[in-house]
Amino acid sequence: MAWETVIGLEVHVQLCTQSKIFSGAGTMFGAEPNTQTCEVDIALPGVLPVMNKEAALMAVKFGIAIGANVNRRSIFARKNYFYPDLPKGYQISQYELPIVSGGSVDISTPNGNKTIRITRAHLEEDAGKLLHQQANNCSGVDLNRAGTPLLEIVSEPDMRSPSEAIAYLKKIHTLVRYLKICDGNMQEGSFRCDANVSVRPKRNDQFGTRCEIKNLNSFRNIEKSINFEVKRHIDVLKAGGNIAQETRLYDANNDLTRSMRSKEEAHDYRYFPDPDLPPLVISDDLFSETQALIPELPDHRYKRFISSYHLNEKDAEFLTSDREIADYFEQVVSICSDSRKSANWITGELLHRLNQNGLDIKNSKIAPPMLGELIQKINDGTISGKIAKDVFDEMWRGEGDANSIIETNNLGQISNTDIVDDAIDKVIENHATQVQQYLDGQSKVFGFLVGKVMQATAGKANPQLVNQILKTKLTRKHEISD
Amino acid sequence: MPYRQNLSSIVGMLNRNDISSVELVQCFLDRIQKHSDLNAFISTDPEQTLKQAQLSDEARARGSSSDLSGVPIAHKDIFCTTHMATTCGSRMLKDFISPYNATVVELLSKSGAILIGKTNMDEFAMGSSTETSWFGPTRNPWHGDHVPGGSSGGSAAAVAARLVPAATGTDTGGSIRQPAAFCGLTGLKPSYGRISRYGMIAYASSLDQGGPITQTAEDAARLLQVMAGFDRRDATSLNKQVPNYLDHLCTSIAGLRIGVPSNFVDDAVNSEVLDAIHDSLAEFEKLGAKLVEVSLPSSKAAIPCYYVIAPAEASSNLSRFDGVRYGYRTDSFNDLDELYKKTRSEGFGLEVKRRIMIGTFALSSGYYDAYYRKAQQIRRLISDEFESAFKQCDYIAGPTSPTTAFGLGEKTNDPVSMYLSDIFTISANLAGIPAISIPVGFDKLGLPVGLQLIGQSFDEQGLLNLAHSYQQVTNWHEVIPTEFT
Repeated sequence: MAWETVIGLEVHVQLCTQSKIFSGAGTMFGAEPNTQTCEVDIALPGVLPVMNKEAALMAVKFGIAIGANVNRRSIFARKNYFYPDLPKGYQISQYELPIVSGGSVDISTPNGNKTIRITRAHLEEDAGKLLHQQANNCSGVDLNRAGTPLLEIVSEPDMRSPSEAIAYLKKIHTLVRYLKICDGNMQEGSFRCDANVSVRPKRNDQFGTRCEIKNLNSFRNIEKSINFEVKRHIDVLKAGGNIAQETRLYDANNDLTRSMRSKEEAHDYRYFPDPDLPPLVISDDLFSETQALIPELPDHRYKRFISSYHLNEKDAEFLTSDREIADYFEQVVSICSDSRKSANWITGELLHRLNQNGLDIKNSKIAPPMLGELIQKINDGTISGKIAKDVFDEMWRGEGDANSIIETNNLGQISNTDIVDDAIDKVIENHATQVQQYLDGQSKVFGFLVGKVMQATAGKANPQLVNQILKTKLTRKHEISD
Repeated sequence: MPYRQNLSSIVGMLNRNDISSVELVQCFLDRIQKHSDLNAFISTDPEQTLKQAQLSDEARARGSSSDLSGVPIAHKDIFCTTHMATTCGSRMLKDFISPYNATVVELLSKSGAILIGKTNMDEFAMGSSTETSWFGPTRNPWHGDHVPGGSSGGSAAAVAARLVPAATGTDTGGSIRQPAAFCGLTGLKPSYGRISRYGMIAYASSLDQGGPITQTAEDAARLLQVMAGFDRRDATSLNKQVPNYLDHLCTSIAGLRIGVPSNFVDDAVNSEVLDAIHDSLAEFEKLGAKLVEVSLPSSKAAIPCYYVIAPAEASSNLSRFDGVRYGYRTDSFNDLDELYKKTRSEGFGLEVKRRIMIGTFALSSGYYDAYYRKAQQIRRLISDEFESAFKQCDYIAGPTSPTTAFGLGEKTNDPVSMYLSDIFTISANLAGIPAISIPVGFDKLGLPVGLQLIGQSFDEQGLLNLAHSYQQVTNWHEVIPTEFT
């Protein structure tokens, strides 16, 4: 029997606000335990939450970007359960009325574009962290993360393969970074995901029983855990068994999922509207102000890069996958007007150097105008592409801009015909054998001779000029010897 | 003797330099000490308090003083204070020192008031008699075998016994008004959102409201003036101008219509209480007010409605007391579940556990619609009924409680009869509107009777004016329990 996989995803996006969602404490990652906390975060008696407006606006941005309904009035609810990383004994979340309902994103699949529907996106607070195996065999509680704003984005069960799931996640990942509402850092847990997975016989309308896989923090693990789970489901069903609805944890070390709790053991969260927080109201003014702040979104930019800059799909996709990279590219093009070369330099030399140094493009040692000018110097014949790489290295080292580096190191191409003439004459004189071979029809030798001329001019001779003059001179020699 | 004076007189004495803050504070500290068997206070710190009084006197000598400079006041032990413990009447917090001050505490301190002690209360404000306190019951100064009411019973007993000129309280279902009534005092529950709840340990967040417990309406106006106002740390506090209550305090109540609901005077009400209420209403008529009959049929459902909403919110609010970060923690445990179970079983008293259980049940999946959602609908109905009643009248009057102070231990084993003692006060909390209780007489045992006046949203001024007018022509509020004169 042929099986079909059905996947729905819950993505937890940490919103990159300055302060926490319901308190004024900071949100710095990696700080000493319990230093990013205040009386509200540690849930002292008597404290009250106050909504962080910035977090609400970020959720609104996301809603607008996916074409969703931004609910002008949404309600915070308490999700009650006990755990030491949850200081109040409840998490403030949204339940019956989330801030964002509906919306969708498009992903590309081998069979063309596919729309993945989004059920809802709601605001909530993150929990703290437990640090196990501390002194005296105790566990420690670090509440730095407690109260960090999260946007939980829940999809419909619209994905049919792990690769569709990954494409969807990457889409959301790109989008939230474009909107500058999340740094997207998966290692630091800024972007996390739970997957709901089930299988069913192909052409069956009914969904199979689903399992929720938790603890997924890299695209690779997500893909692997879904693959594992799908296989497990099919094996169980093929053997005549039933899948139990449950929550499972992915164990990356052993590449398998383990049961965490069954449906019967599921918490009764006793949701009810939080009496400490009035309804979150998004006024018309606030909505239009936010709408005006939405940047050009990745899908649109991708299409524009192909149509306006004549880039191939691969380059367009890469360059638009990150707002900073796309901005960088457009700035370079605005200086040098050569989109193809700009794309090549960015995806090649620059990216290589950034990766080598573990830098983001916004921390690049070479600003976009500098790269633009460098490309200009190639195109106007001042330097060759080869020399340009040396100039690039110098720029990276902070030696100045292209102009000053070329001047200081006397790297400008020799386009003076007399100098090139002399160099070529000498090469022809000193390499009679090779010249003869060329004249006898071994055209490959031409490259050797060009190389010698370049060597003689320390690589600075304009290669086009060398080609042209050498060819003329050799042709003339040929005619003479004839 | 200064302790017999009300808050307003004491402010006058201090301003005229008739007495120093140190003398005043010493006088009250001595009384607190002398009458410690009342068990009105959980914490005091005489040394520190006298030091504060000293500083206040010095500041005044330099010409620097504000509204309540040098006046000793007491806080219900539900308000977080950095000075002295904040126990909420519970073993769970018996040694808890708050690292921050409640907004109300901060405001009163800025106005110069001196914190003389933290008063006893029902555990986590759950109770109507101050008998559920981990620190033992408080006695009623009018009759030592009777309760002072609750949950702000410590504050009421302290003010009634003249151990302090005024105190703060909190009112979730009557916890300011009922003890004020039982102790012969003026107790005001302001509109929801008038006073910040920040730093006031939450019992039922949508109902809790702080307020003053004083001898007179004028004193109440003085305290409310300082306590009221928007607080950016409390999203449920209202950003609404605070009027100058004292300046606007007046006695022109002629022509005002006072509504008397038919069910406020039914057979559940003690006849001596009824007599006193009728006499007080007659007095209001003499002052020019008109009595009109109004109908509030849904208020019958107020108690069941309250006992779903309040425990539901409480069950969630009290989850933070888990033995992990602060407060009581059980001595020994083998795993996390046991830490929670033992800490909470040992740290909370019976009534608190009862309400946590009720609330947890009411919010459970499958029961939410039948209980919590239904209760919210009834709440809306009660609120709407008040609104339409206020089309026929300006204020609503009736007994604060169906009886005078009951005996210690009389109702501790019968929670439902205890709950019924709040039957007239709960509606105002559900509707979020202001209400005041004032003394209007005594029963044969010499226990005070309280009249409740309910006003429209944010009309604290009107309530204070009515109460003040009445107090200008009566002297119930001036009577001091014999043992404490």
